[in-house]
Amino acid sequence: MKNKNLMRRVAAVAVAAAMTASLTACGGAGGKGGNAIKIGASGPLTGPAAVYGTAVKAAAEMAVEEINAKGGLQFTLDFEDDTHDAEKAVTAYGVLKDWGMQVSLATVTSSPGAAVAPMYRDDHIFAITPSGSSLAIIYEDPDNAANPYGNMFQMCFTDPNQGVASADYLAAHPALGTQVAIIYKNDDNYSSGIYNKFKSQAATKGLSIVYEGTFDDSNASDFTVQLKKAQDAGADLIFLPIYYDPASLILTQANQMGYAPTFFGVDGMDGILTLEGFDTSLAEGVYLLTPFSADASDDLTKNFTANYKAKMNDIPNQFAADAYDCVYAIAQACEAAGVTADMSATDICDKLTTQFSSMTFNGLTGQNVTWSQSGEVSKSPKAVVIQNGVYVGVED
Amino acid sequence: MDFLSYLINGLGLGSVYAIIALGYTMVYGIAKMLNFAHGDVIMIGAYVAFFSISDLGLPLIPAVLLSVAVCTLLGVLIERLAYKPLRSASALSVLITAIGVSYFLQNAAQLLWSSSTKVFPGVIPSGGITWNGLTVSWVTMITISVCLVVMTVLILFINYTKTGRAMRACSEDKGAATLMGISVNRMISITFAIGSGLAAFASVLLCATYPSVNPTLGAMPGIKAFTAAVFGGIGSIPGAFLGGLLLGVIEILARAYISTQLSDAIVFAVLILILLIKPTGLLGKKLREKV
Amino acid sequence: MKKKIGLPAFLTDRKYRSRTTSFAFVIFGWVILEIMMNTGSLSSLFTSLLVPVCCYIVAAIGLNLNVGISGELNLGQACFMSVGAFTAVCLSGSLAQTIPSPVIRLILSLFAGAFVAAVFGALIGIPVLKLEGDYLAIVTLAFGQIVKSLITNTFFGIDDAGFHFSFVENKVELMPGGKMLLNGPMGATGTERISNFTTGIILILISLLVVFHLIYSRSGRAIMAARDNRIAAESVGIGIFRTKMLSFVISSCLAGAAGALYGLNYSTLVPAKFDFNTSILLLVYVVLGGLGNMTGTIIATVVLVLLPELLRSMQDYRMLIYAIVLILIMLLTNNETVRTALQRIRRKVRGKTNG
Repeated sequence: MKNKNLMRRVAAVAVAAAMTASLTACGGAGGKGGNAIKIGASGPLTGPAAVYGTAVKAAAEMAVEEINAKGGLQFTLDFEDDTHDAEKAVTAYGVLKDWGMQVSLATVTSSPGAAVAPMYRDDHIFAITPSGSSLAIIYEDPDNAANPYGNMFQMCFTDPNQGVASADYLAAHPALGTQVAIIYKNDDNYSSGIYNKFKSQAATKGLSIVYEGTFDDSNASDFTVQLKKAQDAGADLIFLPIYYDPASLILTQANQMGYAPTFFGVDGMDGILTLEGFDTSLAEGVYLLTPFSADASDDLTKNFTANYKAKMNDIPNQFAADAYDCVYAIAQACEAAGVTADMSATDICDKLTTQFSSMTFNGLTGQNVTWSQSGEVSKSPKAVVIQNGVYVGVED
Repeated sequence: MDFLSYLINGLGLGSVYAIIALGYTMVYGIAKMLNFAHGDVIMIGAYVAFFSISDLGLPLIPAVLLSVAVCTLLGVLIERLAYKPLRSASALSVLITAIGVSYFLQNAAQLLWSSSTKVFPGVIPSGGITWNGLTVSWVTMITISVCLVVMTVLILFINYTKTGRAMRACSEDKGAATLMGISVNRMISITFAIGSGLAAFASVLLCATYPSVNPTLGAMPGIKAFTAAVFGGIGSIPGAFLGGLLLGVIEILARAYISTQLSDAIVFAVLILILLIKPTGLLGKKLREKV
Repeated sequence: MKKKIGLPAFLTDRKYRSRTTSFAFVIFGWVILEIMMNTGSLSSLFTSLLVPVCCYIVAAIGLNLNVGISGELNLGQACFMSVGAFTAVCLSGSLAQTIPSPVIRLILSLFAGAFVAAVFGALIGIPVLKLEGDYLAIVTLAFGQIVKSLITNTFFGIDDAGFHFSFVENKVELMPGGKMLLNGPMGATGTERISNFTTGIILILISLLVVFHLIYSRSGRAIMAARDNRIAAESVGIGIFRTKMLSFVISSCLAGAAGALYGLNYSTLVPAKFDFNTSILLLVYVVLGGLGNMTGTIIATVVLVLLPELLRSMQDYRMLIYAIVLILIMLLTNNETVRTALQRIRRKVRGKTNG
């Protein structure tokens, strides 16, 4: 018993120390305290998915700083860690609410976003997620895409949209390959979501799918089996609705096997060229449908990429671009609706909901971007092909 | 021919598991603890090798040696700071500490090197030997050969050197070993040093085949290698070798012939089956029970 | 036969003291938190933590029965939570039309979750309990992975035509208006959130009642005898397998109920949530709280769930600090100097209050 009492005591000391530490907390980034509109956000800053959260946080901070520097509308951002976990996202939501969040970037990833969406609805706070692409973030009944929350918006494509767009593109361009193999990550919302819609759209478009392979978190490194099966099935095109990180392994292993089909990716593939240490010659000839590419030559993208590089010493990916656009879209809507920092979250929510479903936005990830009443974004993905280590736009 | 090709890929994957499993099994044999931080030592090894090749521009061999040196040092340091003070504590306290160390290493790596994946440079040329339509890549061949060499050296060391025999004595009976004038603490430190050094080898082989370097790189191979060590009979060095190879082969074959989704479930189901038939693993020693 | 007059037995008798402390502690915490909630002084952060903390406490109490009382290292407790959670989510989803009352549905789902998890516990217990020590631990780990993998590959939906089920490959095609209750790796989405804190506290009290009843019963003594010396226990006629099975099943049953409450507290739940890391986390709660010490488990769970939240101001460093705190606690509580020093202080304090 003595030992156990001791443990209890030490634990109490630890909590006391932690509480003292939390009292000396410093607030979120940027903004002039009282008269700035409080933007909340959560995403994974620690754990395996941290790379996405870190990118979104950095880009959102950049946008807030830029907007604040202009002197007009003022924002302040609090970005909380949710470790890509629904439970932690709900606690992060609690932290943001305690802080007094008025507008939100919701979450970076899908399943945490689905967990907090009903809370945003109940508390009537406007939210637009930069990269949570699952239908469950904007619809209460995602299986039928029915009962939209109404105040949840998306900046990125929904997963089904990408699947349909990819199947349509492949059907229209038989030169790329006609025998399609798919390798997707079956424990990932994003990947499975795209896969499901791609498959049904491919069936209606008459695409021939010769092999379907999966992987999950616990075996995301060895793809020799999947690649060999695809090769044996005679696939001349591999559709990869996955993130660039496992995709880089697939490209490497296919190269080691001497197997060279056309690889076709979606927006998650963006970032493959900027992977530290990646031999970009392996990605030569890879096609992808993406709304954003860091190599684009317009001024907006150039500035953004340069500033992001200065801040993070890294090339921005589509997560960063979507987050940057989110903040600017919120700013545009706030300005148009005359939102001020002293309004309640509920008032802001009403104003922004109307504003978003009627406005047109031009940003990094697209021109003439609009939103439907249910929060889905409408923008056009661009097909690009990697040539000599850079993206080259493909003309239709 | 397909079967042979899968089998060889499985042996390649299994060789990596085997080298990692050696680290688990040696530490378990002598310190009777499950060192859950072992997978994260591998991750550190991978980062060291990555930076020494791509930033310092070192060739492969010096980079591996540097990585081995850093991992060995890290292993000894972890043992000194976190495990040694708990020598007399319950096995569970040590287990929790090991988990703490694992969290620490992962988060430290994330803070130091960011969580974005880095791609390990292609140190081993791609392609391989093709014979009768069967292609074996260089990476696989090198992995399997390194594993064989490491294994042989380790068995020779354990059986024919003074230190090796002292280590075995400690794992058999600590009290008697102390009476024979063996410093048990020193032997445990040496074991940690060897195990962590092997982790560095494993990290380079792992990354040569699967060139993604990130802070959670060691977690899954760690669990699988731990399973491999138990497969073979934890504490037994040939057992870890056998267990690792078997695990790799079963995993690849299950994925090829049964289902990519269920390959993990199958690997673990086979493990359970083996333990039910042979409760101390394939090559594990049956301990006599005393009242 | 003269009975001593004074305090009732549950306060004085050593046998009952730890039991009383546990109950008193939980009820005290409940009252305080209820008062805080009703006066609105509890922040949103803490409010959102109430239910998950209750779930982890119940699962950890179950695990402590395993690890502390019967002495088996179980590295797969999370898989029973998973079974309970998805059972409850599916049941609650299917009954949404027939039973509109959330309270009745919650209670039914909790029972269903606990029951199915107990069945899993019994099935898994048969091979597991034939093994010993670290081998037993690794087999529980293996089952944890297998169960996770099975749930990840299960597809279960409901529409007007009835239930649809498929395994590995999603062949479930629902009519418009249908609902996927368990969508393989994507888990459950759009779950109605019907869990509440009161149910959580009641669940903790029930699990304490069950566990203490078992510990102080004949079976409990047999379990502990088997833990302390298996051969000696066997030689006096204790059926080792039966006693161990009893505690294993109760443990998984509690984890199932905890999972059910957890699953119904979030609108979405993925199978990957209940992985090896969650099992390890529960084990950390148990070891830190003290083996066999239920009050300790409750405190350790509360502290370790709160700790990362309180460390939020440390930003990126918080999980690093969490790891350091974990290591330091283990080192300090096992350090002889610290131990004797604390004991001396305790003796002094006690001496003063007594004198």
